[in-house]
Amino acid sequence: MNIVVCVKQIPDPAAPQSFDGSHNLNRSGKLILDEADTYGVEMALQLVDKAGSGEVTVVSMGSAADLAGVRNALAMGAAKAIMVSDDALRGTDALGTAKVLAEAIKRVNPDLVLCATESSDGYTGTTPVQVAELLGLPSITFAKSVTVDGATVKVDRQTEAGYDEVTSPLPCVVTVTAGVVEPRYASFKGIMAAKSKPVEILSIGDLGLGAVTGPAGARQQIISVVAAESRAAGEKHVDEGNAAQEIITFLESIKVL
Amino acid sequence: MAISNIWVVVEPGASGLTTTSLELLTNARTYGATVSAITWENGASFAAQAGEYGASTLFDVGSLGGALPGVPVASAIVALVASQGAPDAILIPTSYDGRDIAGRLSARLDRPVLTNVTGLSDDGGLVTEHPAFGGTQIVKAKFTGEAPGIIVIRAKSFAAESGGGSAANVVSAPAGDTGATGAAKITTTHVEERTGPQLEEATVVVSGGRGLGEAANYVLISDTAKLLNGAAGASRAIVDAGWVPYSAQVGQTGKTVKPTVYIACGISGATQHMVGMKGSKNIVAINKDPEAPIFQMADFGIVGDVLKVLPELIAALKARG
Repeated sequence: MNIVVCVKQIPDPAAPQSFDGSHNLNRSGKLILDEADTYGVEMALQLVDKAGSGEVTVVSMGSAADLAGVRNALAMGAAKAIMVSDDALRGTDALGTAKVLAEAIKRVNPDLVLCATESSDGYTGTTPVQVAELLGLPSITFAKSVTVDGATVKVDRQTEAGYDEVTSPLPCVVTVTAGVVEPRYASFKGIMAAKSKPVEILSIGDLGLGAVTGPAGARQQIISVVAAESRAAGEKHVDEGNAAQEIITFLESIKVL
Repeated sequence: MAISNIWVVVEPGASGLTTTSLELLTNARTYGATVSAITWENGASFAAQAGEYGASTLFDVGSLGGALPGVPVASAIVALVASQGAPDAILIPTSYDGRDIAGRLSARLDRPVLTNVTGLSDDGGLVTEHPAFGGTQIVKAKFTGEAPGIIVIRAKSFAAESGGGSAANVVSAPAGDTGATGAAKITTTHVEERTGPQLEEATVVVSGGRGLGEAANYVLISDTAKLLNGAAGASRAIVDAGWVPYSAQVGQTGKTVKPTVYIACGISGATQHMVGMKGSKNIVAINKDPEAPIFQMADFGIVGDVLKVLPELIAALKARG
């Protein structure tokens, strides 16, 4: 059972964020593994473990100058990584990203591709399904449980009303929600081992891709970025034992009570 | 270039098209364009409703035979683009299935997709609005390539209003053979029992976050919500921690709510949470940390411990009867 997990290195969401001059997210600071991706990595490790053979490959696109996030996935237990990195990729949209990831994934020929439902920085939420379409594979999004039985994947998929049990033949692309499994912390041994695990760095030329990437390939343009209408802060009281009554008075004033 | 044709993906619910679908139809008819809708399964039985909200034609993909909607609905739309010509834009609701349809369609048509859209305007072509950095900034964007532009729009971006139109003309639009891509099938559907109003429809939403300390304390949120005839929500932090199901999540990844009052309990106000609730008419926040960002948008804030304030609030509400 060979599994590819798509991961993304993102600016630390806890740090202040900004756009650069071309309205791209400023990624010049430290990059970390998107926490949303750790669930896919953990799920993949558990599925390979259960299958008794195979390995986990992480595939990513972005800057190769800082590989801490990818190394983190390797430290958790993934066997190897492919990082597509190219200056021409800056400003690439979701579909362009999917084209790049799909080409990289083809090199691994996996039984299963796992992704987060969306990244925590761009949150487009369409890339995994675009990857599936480009690879000619079925997809199941919003998995809250994933099991593999022979050549079939069984998923409990989140719905508006509850959940659906969905099955698909492998290979298949599955997106997992946060909380689907408890991601492990990398052990000291894992962190040391990750340093010598293979990370293949590819350019878009290596993948045979050209004009699909960058702002031209995106075929969309940011016209402006403006401050949103902000809400003014209202009253703030320190609880001195009468907070409950104060809340009730406020709810009465807006006629909820 | 005037906008002459807009297609809207309208999702069938049990007793009508989903509210977000009606919001998109309402917006689509403001551009003076011909509006057509695409639906599946029992959706065609709501042709009167689709027409009332602005669609003149309702393309019906029909039964999906247990397949997830993403692949067959996108295939049907690809066939429609081939037979009818491309519309200027295809509007799709942000939902589990809507995002699947958008992703499949984008790759099949080789057209980009703009997601998380919360506003649309006509500037000689559609201009989309996207909240960024927790909704503190608005990014405006447009497509620069060939039509159709694929636009995925969040719930409650527009109000749903009847336009008084007559029933839409139902036209069959089968998916055709979807091959390997359409192989994912639903085997069983589970409906989670819920009491009280739906999160997105409730006039009062009480949400809990990490400040509750542990999963067992979430009962304070559900009890308060029940006493106020409201719905209980949650921050991403406690959904990720497995305390409450994903369906309760309010925020960027979860649901968008616009209640009369939103009561945030032990929620610091991470940017991704704010996007899902900043449209609330009134916001009440209870948090131990006086510097928590949630206080910057709260109409009424209590600096205090939710584990002390909520039991008192529950007791006081019970005493009122």
